[in-house]
Amino acid sequence: MSGFTGTTRLVRLALRRDRFTLPAWILGMTFFLAATTAMFENNYAEHPELLMPDTQVVIENPGMRVLGLVTGPTIGGYTLHRDALTLAALAALMSVFAVVRHTRQAEELGREEMLGAGVVGRYASLGAAVIVALAANVVLAGLLGLAMFATGQPLTGSLVAGTSIALVGVAFTGVAAVTSQLASTTRGATGLAGAALGVSFLLAALGNMLGAVDSAALRVTSAWPAWSSPIGWGQQMRPFADDLWWPAGLSLLALGLLSWVAVVLVGRRDVGRGMWPERRGAAHARSSLLSPTGLVFRLQRGALLGWGVGLVGFGLVFGALSEQITGTEGEATEWYATFGGDADLLGAYWASMMQMAGMAVAAYVVTLLLRLHHDEAQGTLEPVLGTAVSRVRWLAAYAVNALVGATLLILLFAGAMVVTGGPALGHPASLLRDLVGAALVQLPAIAVLGAAVLALVTLWPRWSVGLSWALVVSAIFLGPMFGPSLGLSTWLLDLSPFTHVPNAPAVAISLAPVLGLLAACALLASAGVVAMRRRNLALPA
Amino acid sequence: MRTAIAVSGLVKDFGPRTRALDHLDLQVETCEVHGFLGPNGAGKTTTIRVLLGLLRADDGHVDLLGGDPWRDAVALHRRLAYVPGEVNLWPNLTGGEVIDLLGELRGGIDPSRREELLERFQLDPTKKIRAYSKGNRQKVALVAAFSSDVELYLLDEPTSGLDPLMEAVFQDVVQELRTAGRSILLSSHILSEVEALCDRVTIIRAGRAAESGTFDELRHLTRTSVVVDTAKPLASVTRWTGVHDARVQDTHAQFSVDPGELNHVLEHLVDLEVRSMVTSPPTLEELFLRHYDEDISGAGAAAEVVRAR
Repeated sequence: MSGFTGTTRLVRLALRRDRFTLPAWILGMTFFLAATTAMFENNYAEHPELLMPDTQVVIENPGMRVLGLVTGPTIGGYTLHRDALTLAALAALMSVFAVVRHTRQAEELGREEMLGAGVVGRYASLGAAVIVALAANVVLAGLLGLAMFATGQPLTGSLVAGTSIALVGVAFTGVAAVTSQLASTTRGATGLAGAALGVSFLLAALGNMLGAVDSAALRVTSAWPAWSSPIGWGQQMRPFADDLWWPAGLSLLALGLLSWVAVVLVGRRDVGRGMWPERRGAAHARSSLLSPTGLVFRLQRGALLGWGVGLVGFGLVFGALSEQITGTEGEATEWYATFGGDADLLGAYWASMMQMAGMAVAAYVVTLLLRLHHDEAQGTLEPVLGTAVSRVRWLAAYAVNALVGATLLILLFAGAMVVTGGPALGHPASLLRDLVGAALVQLPAIAVLGAAVLALVTLWPRWSVGLSWALVVSAIFLGPMFGPSLGLSTWLLDLSPFTHVPNAPAVAISLAPVLGLLAACALLASAGVVAMRRRNLALPA
Repeated sequence: MRTAIAVSGLVKDFGPRTRALDHLDLQVETCEVHGFLGPNGAGKTTTIRVLLGLLRADDGHVDLLGGDPWRDAVALHRRLAYVPGEVNLWPNLTGGEVIDLLGELRGGIDPSRREELLERFQLDPTKKIRAYSKGNRQKVALVAAFSSDVELYLLDEPTSGLDPLMEAVFQDVVQELRTAGRSILLSSHILSEVEALCDRVTIIRAGRAAESGTFDELRHLTRTSVVVDTAKPLASVTRWTGVHDARVQDTHAQFSVDPGELNHVLEHLVDLEVRSMVTSPPTLEELFLRHYDEDISGAGAAAEVVRAR
């Protein structure tokens, strides 16, 4: 197997490079799971009688089944329903970033060329990347299991739970191995894998929403789409109830198959290139490109298109499921009522869907604004600021693109929900008006996160990427989707901008919180502008 | 003659322990091509980034085209063009798009000039940046800069990836700009290029200006090499002041002489009855290697000599 010569050495190189990154991911996820499990353990120790109805709420309610499955009334199962989807997405991202970092990014930056000139086989980098990501997921599975066991959950269930999450990472290790061969850029490879993650989430959510609930409201039998998604396979292990191990085999099988495909692709392409040939382009720039705003739009238009397609897909599916909500009965209606304060079930469902879309759009805005940091660190900022473009104008170009892009994406989502939800319910015109309002009211909260990223990028450029993502994850967790059920104090929940978004269309839009969010946004953005004007640029040497 | 760039006592620190520029002086007159030389890591790129207002000076005075590069960055950048040492551009744009974009952001370009330069540098503008070689990416930056008609060009090692043919094209273009009365700061390691193009040079070492002047002035600071045959034996040569690296074989000797001692050495030689003698001025290579090679105290001493003149 001379194609794999040098793999061991490259594994050591990758581990050396990732010696802080991977432990930070793994420990962060472990700590998060341990903390939330301990919290639910405490809550239900005080009110054990609530566990049964709480579990029934999330099982009966198709909207809550988007987040995952619970089987039977257990604290571990209930905690996982809250955490599993986030942790699974994080495990997938950790794996995708690791594999891309050691394959496609190494090629793009020319490192692969230096390695390939040594006694290193053609498949060694790919092999090393897959081994390192797989190892990280094995450690993750163990530590997540330990986190739940240590906070009082049964051992077998805890281990199955940890494995069910890490296996999503395992499957996406394979996905990233393939996308790294298809795309010729780091961004492209990560983007394709991210799209696969989105589809995987959608399939699992769809399968669970369309699933059948048993008479005791303690078990959901998922519809077939759940079985076509790695996230679905993890959920079907049903930790703390059935404790099945065999769905894990599906993820391992997927990793094996995808790795084999990646190896075949590596054997058929040139180093530094993707599977698609490089096309020629325009000899002259269009006038739309000739401004900082035009340039930023051009640089992220592919990503915007991808997010647009994704949000339209989600909007169509969740809109079509509106009809299901009207049939919801029992405990689940009360959960929705917390959104609206009245019995308007559909309004509450739309409000929660719109908030979810708002969080997704916030993630898009953060990826876009973090390019500010990459421009600086990779040096593309230098030629721009060498011309008659001021630093503030450069920030403004990004801010404009972020704002316009976010507005467009959230409106696309609202529009898609109306397309499938409106006809079924019989009054599309009023639904359109309600949902557009509900969509636009998400923007101030998104803008606050965007302004925070802007401030981080200008104040602490070196740490801005990690801090920004930590900020987004905390904002989502303290927000209305998860925050209230975590039993945290109100002031902590108030730290998340999403907490302050009016629950339109379930309740009327009030002006005060919107103005408050805009003020916070202005404050953070001003801090960013001031910092940007005063400091040295951290350009590459 | 007005000055295009006047830098005095410029200090730039990166953190408490790293002093990148240590009281640097640099003066570029209008209408001159000024060579900016120095070993790797001497502070050339840092200086240029301060001149562009990308980095803030910690101390000293910086004047660029009569303005403050930090405060008036945007206004000044309309009047200059910059070619970075490491050309980092957007991989998914074409060369032509980048040239148009950078030109427009600077305040507009001359389309016919652009076409002419593309022709002369033999650059295909329809390729994506990621598909260009290092030399071709450099050409994109050069065409983008030269397509703008500005007062000052800041060029940071602009030819490090060019082939000899393109190097010649580059030299032609710079000569034309000088004739047209433009000012150019050219950081470079290529001595033939510096000698062909530059009116004056500044040599920077460890963040300080080690020497500055025309080539003739710099040559005067450097030893002359002498090969001589005499009637009487030359054994005493090694004891004369100002003589270095002497190799003596009876009545034949090779040595180098400090510029201030040349006259004394000639007096001694006349006493020994010179039969034939060849003196040659220092080559540029010798001149620069001396500066690139010396330890820091040596560079300081050389700077003292310049100031004393």
